[in-house]
Amino acid sequence: MALVEIKDLTKVFYRDSQQIPVFDGVNLEMEPGEFLSLMGPSGSGKSTLLHLLAGLDQPTSGQISVGGANVTGMKRRQLAAWRAQHIGFVFQFYNLLPVLTAAQNVELPLLLTSLSSSERHDHVKMALDIVRLSDRSDHYPRQLSGGQEQRAGIARAIVSDPTIILADEPTGDLDAKSAEEILELLKRLNEELNKTILMVTHDAHAAEKAHAVMHLDKGVLSR
Amino acid sequence: MKIPVVYNLRSLKERPVSTLTTAAGMALVVAVFVAMMALANGFRAALVKSGSSDNVLVLRKGANTEMYSGIARGTASTIAGMPFVARGPDNQPLSSPEVFVVIGVDRLTGGMANLVVRGVSPQAMQVRQGIEIVAGRDLRSGASEILVGEKIVDRFANTGIGETLSFGGRDWTVVGHFSARGSAFESEIWAENEQVMPVFRGEVFQSVTFRMTDPASFEGVKQQLEEDPRLFLDVYRENEFYQNQSAILTFILNFIAVFIAGVMAIGAVFGAINTMYAAVSSRAPEIAVLLTLGFKPGNVLSSFLIEAVLIALIGGAMGCILTLPINGLVTSTTNWNSFSEVAFAFRVTPVLLLTGMIFAATMGFLGGFLPALKAARQPVVVALRQG
Amino acid sequence: MKFIRLIWVNLWRNKLRTILTVLSVMVALFLFTTLRSVVTALEGVSEVGSEVRLVTRSSTGITFPLPQSYFERLKAQDGVRSVTWANWFGGVYIDESNFFAQFAIDQETYLAMYPEMAIPDDQRQAFLSERTAALVGRGLMERFGWELNQNVTLQGAIFPGDWTFTIRAVFEPDDPSFGDQQFFFHYDYLYEGVNGNMIPGWYIVQLEDPEAAPAVIENIDRLFENSSNPTKTETEKAFNTGFVTMWGNIGFLVKAIGTAVFFAILLIAANTMMMAGRERIGENAVLKTLGFQDGLLFRLVLVESVLITAIGGALGVFGSKFMFGPGNPVNNFIQGFQVEWSTVILGLTMATLLGVVSGIVPAWQAMKLPVIQALRRVA
Repeated sequence: MALVEIKDLTKVFYRDSQQIPVFDGVNLEMEPGEFLSLMGPSGSGKSTLLHLLAGLDQPTSGQISVGGANVTGMKRRQLAAWRAQHIGFVFQFYNLLPVLTAAQNVELPLLLTSLSSSERHDHVKMALDIVRLSDRSDHYPRQLSGGQEQRAGIARAIVSDPTIILADEPTGDLDAKSAEEILELLKRLNEELNKTILMVTHDAHAAEKAHAVMHLDKGVLSR
Repeated sequence: MKIPVVYNLRSLKERPVSTLTTAAGMALVVAVFVAMMALANGFRAALVKSGSSDNVLVLRKGANTEMYSGIARGTASTIAGMPFVARGPDNQPLSSPEVFVVIGVDRLTGGMANLVVRGVSPQAMQVRQGIEIVAGRDLRSGASEILVGEKIVDRFANTGIGETLSFGGRDWTVVGHFSARGSAFESEIWAENEQVMPVFRGEVFQSVTFRMTDPASFEGVKQQLEEDPRLFLDVYRENEFYQNQSAILTFILNFIAVFIAGVMAIGAVFGAINTMYAAVSSRAPEIAVLLTLGFKPGNVLSSFLIEAVLIALIGGAMGCILTLPINGLVTSTTNWNSFSEVAFAFRVTPVLLLTGMIFAATMGFLGGFLPALKAARQPVVVALRQG
Repeated sequence: MKFIRLIWVNLWRNKLRTILTVLSVMVALFLFTTLRSVVTALEGVSEVGSEVRLVTRSSTGITFPLPQSYFERLKAQDGVRSVTWANWFGGVYIDESNFFAQFAIDQETYLAMYPEMAIPDDQRQAFLSERTAALVGRGLMERFGWELNQNVTLQGAIFPGDWTFTIRAVFEPDDPSFGDQQFFFHYDYLYEGVNGNMIPGWYIVQLEDPEAAPAVIENIDRLFENSSNPTKTETEKAFNTGFVTMWGNIGFLVKAIGTAVFFAILLIAANTMMMAGRERIGENAVLKTLGFQDGLLFRLVLVESVLITAIGGALGVFGSKFMFGPGNPVNNFIQGFQVEWSTVILGLTMATLLGVVSGIVPAWQAMKLPVIQALRRVA
């Protein structure tokens, strides 16, 4: 069985009494260790697909399973717990908590586990080493550059060793040089640590970094 | 070019919950402030403004309250005959020798109170001025009758006209009710001094109160009476005496009023500061736009200040309305100096309401100043980026 | 509580706002605690007094004295073990502001009836044997810096003239509610000084058996009902309670103000929490994305709210307790005025309640936050 299986996924948004279909009967499979890009015009539902995969939203119909777990069948409470363990999310705008240092931000997902304080400390150190941000671990987000913030964001996404990393326009807010660094980092995570990554982007150059590029347009997914 | 007030009004409507919550907090503070000041009004009338500066109150030397004093008949007559005692239209001296006792009566609401029974002379109402019979009639000489002060009626049993109060081994019929400009006398029971004297005190009065022919000559009057070795007296201006009697109570009540209102005001100002800072933060983009359009920082400052004051005024109005029902409410306690009940009414006056609104506006101004300053000083670029 | 750091840093993200809110709560709880202590002090007075002693006074009022002959007649009543009497002296010590209670007592019988006064034996003898001796409470000694065996002169107000006493005994009551700011001296001294022109103020009767109180009360009052000095008798406890009721509506007034204060601060605190909550919508969405449960977020927000009010509340409550510690000046007006531990606990409870109520709406909102919409807003 594939790591990610999306079968016949349909999502319709309702605004007032209007129906806005996003996609209709989408299918997708991902193998462990795959690095996939997803491109498409604005409003095509790329982010929605990520949200559905992470269990942040429910499809109108269809099935999603990740790592053998039936995401679409889970209740809210279960989803939260499952998400903490299996999903690593990377945001376009980093979304670090401004009141915490880089290290403390990275530690956040671990607070939901039963690891001891020293164990958490070790995991955080490891994650920061991987993203090469150890020297800035005690800095606050406002003291970091965009690229450094995103690296912290990625560290946070990998710290609990999730099944899959979902990246929503990770380089969307970065300058060319920082964007390149981030993409290289993602590539390294995939190649050296065998992380499965699904990345949404509107930058064709960024998309090329992945194994394969998919397109989502008018509700249709194609390679 | 001033920023139109409509902008502020609309903004308030945009954040109804926050606006109303802050206004409600202010409303409570203003309500407490107005209530406390209304209470102060009431007790000032009862404790401080009793008696007149034209009158003199005479007690036995050393007695610091009417209750402890004793003045012989002879002394009372001597005083009445003195040249500095004013005369009425019938050429009788305006001098009232009085008996003063304190009796224990049960409150209708439970508990006990000590009420003053003042045995008065026929001249009492003339000497004192401002005393009016508001129901029933005046006392008849020689009868076992009493007049009941307005503030006592309805709060103690058997105080209605025609009813009978028993004390001192006798029954007394209530023949009238009287008012006394809200002063302490309204918490008293008046009877004829000759009636009260034999029942309680034997052949002495407790005090003599008279009107001076020339109020400015008080010092001379005081000296003459106090230095006379036959007489053995202490002499006071009537109003100063009552003021002193209540010095401690007045101090306590004033202190409480100011302390409470002040403390709550501080809390409300903090609340206003918080609200306005939040408003300024969340509206940074709007402020930037205003500045870009050409409004000056000074305009922005005044605009936010006005908004803060507007919220405060809304709260102030709500608070003033809250206090209206308590106007006229009678509350009472014991003036331990005189060991007797003193009742006073909350007095909410238009001036007081206005003061409350000004108080609210001041709180709004103080609370809004720093945040408004922050808004005015905001660098345009930062704000635009935030949006 | 590994989330405590997250909660703590969130508190201080807006230092000014948090400090202002804490100060508001502190001020409100200070006021609340102080006002409540006034009420407890007044109510405390009515706890004083035994069930085994009765007070017999003139039915007209406490200020009317009773005949000397009543002493023997009261002693002869069924169920009465002993009788004593006292008079209110009402003198002035230097200045009227130095108010304290002064009583002329029938010394032998009075001391026998109040063993709780706890007087050292030698001092007790000295007091009883000397006509001009005074028995003074420890609190009064400290208040005026008096020493044993010194003279004190009072200006009489009811009994004119200067009266000089020598302090021969100091009492420190076993039971603190008895009060230690009282001044006792011999009735005979006063009696002689006014050439016999006085009679007892009121009588105190000790019962053989407290159960018999209602019967004895009825008998005494019926005995004197038709005389020229009818009496009103009640237990000492009821008598003291009567004094409390003389304060009138003050208790109610104080409670009303306390309530208004509480609600005003509630509004201010709630407003602050809501403002804070609104700011953190985006972050809360991120936390949910990371897998934080709805219920966890609810608790985090609520704990934050309670922390603010608990800190502010503790500062206010203990501030009041500290300011009105033993020997504070209000004691001179209201006996035993202090902040009781029960009031402290009540204050802290109210502060916590304040935190819960003001935090509940933002906590609920955080819990119910629809993640997608919130994320969309952030991004």
